[in-house]
Amino acid sequence: MLASQLKARTMADPIPFRAHTPGTQPPYDVPAYLGTRKRHPLQQLHRLDPTVTETTGPRFSAAQFPAHEDLSRVNGKPAAGQRIVVAGTITDEDGRPVPHTMVEIWQANAAGRYHHPADQHDAPLDPNFTGAGRVFTDAAGRYRFLSVLPGAYPWPNHKNAWRPNHIHFSFFGPAFATRLITQMYFPGDPLLAFDPIYNGVPDEAARTRLVAGFDLDLTEPDYALGYRFDVVLRGRAATPMGT
Amino acid sequence: MPIATASQTIGPYWHLIEDPSWADLTRFGAEGERLSLGGTVTDGDGAPFADVCIELWQADPAATDRFPAFGRSRTDADGRYHFTTLKPGPVPGRGNTIQAPHFALWVLGRGLMRGLATRVYFAGEAGNETDPVLSSVEDPARRATLIASADGPSAWRFDIRLQGAGETVFFDV
Repeated sequence: MLASQLKARTMADPIPFRAHTPGTQPPYDVPAYLGTRKRHPLQQLHRLDPTVTETTGPRFSAAQFPAHEDLSRVNGKPAAGQRIVVAGTITDEDGRPVPHTMVEIWQANAAGRYHHPADQHDAPLDPNFTGAGRVFTDAAGRYRFLSVLPGAYPWPNHKNAWRPNHIHFSFFGPAFATRLITQMYFPGDPLLAFDPIYNGVPDEAARTRLVAGFDLDLTEPDYALGYRFDVVLRGRAATPMGT
Repeated sequence: MPIATASQTIGPYWHLIEDPSWADLTRFGAEGERLSLGGTVTDGDGAPFADVCIELWQADPAATDRFPAFGRSRTDADGRYHFTTLKPGPVPGRGNTIQAPHFALWVLGRGLMRGLATRVYFAGEAGNETDPVLSSVEDPARRATLIASADGPSAWRFDIRLQGAGETVFFDV
């Protein structure tokens, strides 16, 4: 960056992001989730007042990152399982929509197996399901994709451990600091009560917000069940004067 | 007021969304000074941590049609990741300061309920001494965890230790 550009960009300091509401984000150390034991930092996170590094980010576009919004078929052949529509709105903590932002999705197939060599679970692979997608929100922050209901699957965390049905999501938002990776769950799943990853979020209301709502308005007649999953990305601590 | 959605681990199967070409930020034909950045991710036992998603973000050079300013690399069985990108220049810091050239990294993996944010600076950069973020890490040994070492011409090495001895500084952004 040129010195003159540097000077031009030092006019105002970026507004910090709002601190997380206590209990609404999981800690790094979740003893019931064995994988955290050797991977959580022992030192406190070092507080960093945000700079251009944290408050900006590229605008991911479908030109560089092609969209793929129908996971329910491969080469026109339908995947096995219950077809679903998943849709929602992405807003920030001030309730403003997050437009034109990239959303990545991945999930197991209807039998509870990932299309991935590392998944050796003895459940059938589906040649018509790969389970990965990428969509972009519209100007109003809305996204939508088609898929099939993912199955539950066992994992070696503890005796008879099963992950609840879930879809993985990756959100970007406008900046490095708004990055969010999460999982969407399904209403009424009895496995939620036993899942250390879901229950790693201390606040019950925050946890419950990870559960999608069944939505008859999103449901397509004679075709697919609709689920709504609205997402909130971090917002700024204060609104700048004059905006 | 809405509250930010809770994070969950990226898990072991995120490479369903992986495209190895993303580790090369010059793939769209960006022009400039190229460099490579690589290193190893280790856990609290010092064991290599495979299948980690490392994301590299840079505020400079700015993103264009030919430069995404964002890359992603997956650690291999030996815990190694690798990027090819353009050398960043200095960018503004808070309070009319100047930040030395650096990358921002997200470290995402199974067993990480949330991403870990860190920064990569370059050994020998004059601006490191006055960089406000580096300077805010008072312990020199901890500060050193944020500085990549030269590893050949235009090649830099940056190891990430998640826990224990030599633990990398991770930021609350």
